Amino acid sequence: MNEHQQTLWEFMRQQSDKLLMQTLQHVGLTFISLIIAVVIGLPLGIWITRRKSFSGIVLGTAGVLQTIPSIALLGFMIPLLGIGVKPAIVALLLYALLPIVRNTYTGITGVDTAVKEAALAMGMNKWQILFQVELPLAMPVILAGIRTATVINVGVATLASYIAAGGLGEFIFGGISLNNTNMILAGAIPAALLAILFDFLLSRLQYLNLRKIRTAAATLPVLLVILASFYFIPSAYGGKLKAGFTPEFMGRQDGNLGLESKYGLKVHPIVISDAVMYKAAYEKQLDVISGYSTDGRLKAYDLVVLDDDKKIFPPYYAAPIVREDALRRFPELEKTLNLLSGKITDSIMSDLNYRTDYLHQTPEKVAADFLRSQRLLKDSRNGSNGIVRIGSKIFGEQYILASIYTMLIKGNTDYDVSTKTGLGGTKICFDALNNNQIDLYPEYTGTGLLAILQSPSKTIDALTADKNKTYDYVAREFEKKYSIKWLEPIGFNNAYALMMREKQAKQLSIKTISDLKRYLESNQ
Amino acid sequence: MIKVEQLSKHFGSIKAVDGISFEVKDHEKLILLGTSGCGKTTTLKMINRLIEPTSGSIFIDGKNIYGRSPEILRRGIGYVLQNNGLFPHYTVAENITIVPQLLKWDSKRTEKRIAELLEKLHLSTDQLKAYPNELSGGQQQRVGLARALVADPPVLLMDEPFGALDNVTRSKIHAEFKALDELKQKTVIMVTHDVQEAFELGDCICLMDKGKIVQIGTPADLLFKPANHFVESFLKEQRLQLEFKAVRIKDIWTLLPQAKKGGDADLHADISVWSGMEKFKSQRADHLNITHGVETRSVGLEQLITAFYKYQNGQAHE
Repeated sequence: MNEHQQTLWEFMRQQSDKLLMQTLQHVGLTFISLIIAVVIGLPLGIWITRRKSFSGIVLGTAGVLQTIPSIALLGFMIPLLGIGVKPAIVALLLYALLPIVRNTYTGITGVDTAVKEAALAMGMNKWQILFQVELPLAMPVILAGIRTATVINVGVATLASYIAAGGLGEFIFGGISLNNTNMILAGAIPAALLAILFDFLLSRLQYLNLRKIRTAAATLPVLLVILASFYFIPSAYGGKLKAGFTPEFMGRQDGNLGLESKYGLKVHPIVISDAVMYKAAYEKQLDVISGYSTDGRLKAYDLVVLDDDKKIFPPYYAAPIVREDALRRFPELEKTLNLLSGKITDSIMSDLNYRTDYLHQTPEKVAADFLRSQRLLKDSRNGSNGIVRIGSKIFGEQYILASIYTMLIKGNTDYDVSTKTGLGGTKICFDALNNNQIDLYPEYTGTGLLAILQSPSKTIDALTADKNKTYDYVAREFEKKYSIKWLEPIGFNNAYALMMREKQAKQLSIKTISDLKRYLESNQ
Repeated sequence: MIKVEQLSKHFGSIKAVDGISFEVKDHEKLILLGTSGCGKTTTLKMINRLIEPTSGSIFIDGKNIYGRSPEILRRGIGYVLQNNGLFPHYTVAENITIVPQLLKWDSKRTEKRIAELLEKLHLSTDQLKAYPNELSGGQQQRVGLARALVADPPVLLMDEPFGALDNVTRSKIHAEFKALDELKQKTVIMVTHDVQEAFELGDCICLMDKGKIVQIGTPADLLFKPANHFVESFLKEQRLQLEFKAVRIKDIWTLLPQAKKGGDADLHADISVWSGMEKFKSQRADHLNITHGVETRSVGLEQLITAFYKYQNGQAHE
């Protein structure tokens, strides 16, 4: 890890081959889908000028497709087309369809009726009128539609990285998860430049005079095909086992980088969003994935965690972190929060997560059921002796913990509680705490060490093998730097983990990451 | 040449054209005249099948036009529109070449024909490479006419061809139109709502109202023998000028003084009295030599007008 602040330029130079590949993939994705959208959209647009009664349905449907949020559309594609290139292209093409169909329709219906009548009266047949009169005259409008579609596609293609189709989204979303501004910019700036560049080039095409547009319209397909061929399938496919890692995992020392340097494990992973990664593993699209050891989907999808025998994943023990002034203001708070100390093991947390994530029970119900089983559930005292503000990050486990703490405080003290759940990522949540917007939230030791303190790599190496040392270190540093106190750990360790389908792991007798490495090497 | 029988076109419950019949002879110029919505344009467009009739039939040269494919039919009929309908993405040359190309003429034949037409229509060869929007309205209309005439079709249909032009340009084009010998060989059906234009250009005028023909006949017939009150009131405005235009010098020949004079002929008696009067003005002449058949008479402006009034009185008493 670099200890001095790396500049964007250094980052881009260091990652130049990745950047180039992602850019080419991005351009390729954009234009493959664009070509298909033109091939479908242009005839469709022409057809509805002939069958006006269908124009409403066709344009309406294309309009509705446009309004589906991109992530949701990609999500719909997975059961149908799996992950990777195919669903990404289909999703992009659906977005590109509306501007192309609509502009073809508008362009052709907008051709001067006198001109069409003259063409007809001179004895041209309907195909001659289409190709010699209507399409050439509608071409500026059609090109404007293609231009809009291109710019939309350049933007939406960043999301393709969610489903392992590559593109500049890998940097963008990796950077967001890693709180690495350089990485975000290294993806976002080229994406923006691509959008501007293509928009500019197509605008030039659009304003060519009517005669030159004929040559332009002829060269356009050639150009599109060349650009589309930029895409080559991300290099994951072909190995014995297919691995898919989240963008965050890809860029972390305690993630793929550590796997490569400490284990010498080279799995050529594809990059994929954690929202679809578990399911993809379950559906055998992927064999090895990166995940969290307490994730509820582990249970839902019959996945097992591979043992980290060389200890590269630092411990992520969860504990509430609280502002010290809040502890002074609410004297009973510390005692109450510590009621949960040591009560939730990995398997219990995993089960609780399974209930919210997979059985879709509310966090409140899951929290109440858990407390009841531990005989900790008490009726609310409806206290009015001040309000404790509890925050949480935006995933199920944190919601459950926030609910549990709410019930504990209401049942055991005279304080009232207000919750601010769903506070984006670590940065947002911690900033809220540090700026006295909330009093406490559950945090993980590893996150404190790496993301918040951004400790130097030497320190990290020295600490990660031992969970207590890590805890002591972050507790000390937080107190010193932020006047924030780490209370007693809750018990579970939500660390990074490599996981596989249980059945496959057994079959190949892979239990540890070292086993995985041996298996891969023996077969290569 | 063109025979229309019991032609009707209904749009829903509206009878745009209601069972009309008429005939146009070879090389005749028939004007379909009437107010907006009288069915004149619908009638015209049924002749080249831009609109299919509800009932009735049309024959060109004795052949039913519904016996042929509409494309083939249309390639043999010139068509001129009010807003010229030139292809904006084609040069003038390309616009004119559309029909020859459809007819698969070789390029030599096309070029020769274009050169011939350009000269007749007072267009310069420099303009061949121009795009329609680079030309004036009058020039565009000439190109539209050239495009309609290039394949030398025997029939020409014109839908308000001069409607979009300003008055000065229009009267200039009217004059050229009448002088164009190319058109003398054509059977022309022209739609207009402009009474002056109808009287100036038509051999025969078909006045329509509410989808029916009110009266069909020569301009003089309409003026002096109106079929009913509608015809009379339709022509009431500018009646005097219309009469000058409707009456030709040969019609009043016998009423002109017989004074013979030497020298060349200035005018031919085929033209209207109106055109004769214009000639007096433009040449600032006291007397002009007018030829009718083998006879040439020297006539003064006043003598011409006196003869015209005598003729008019005669018509009224008939």
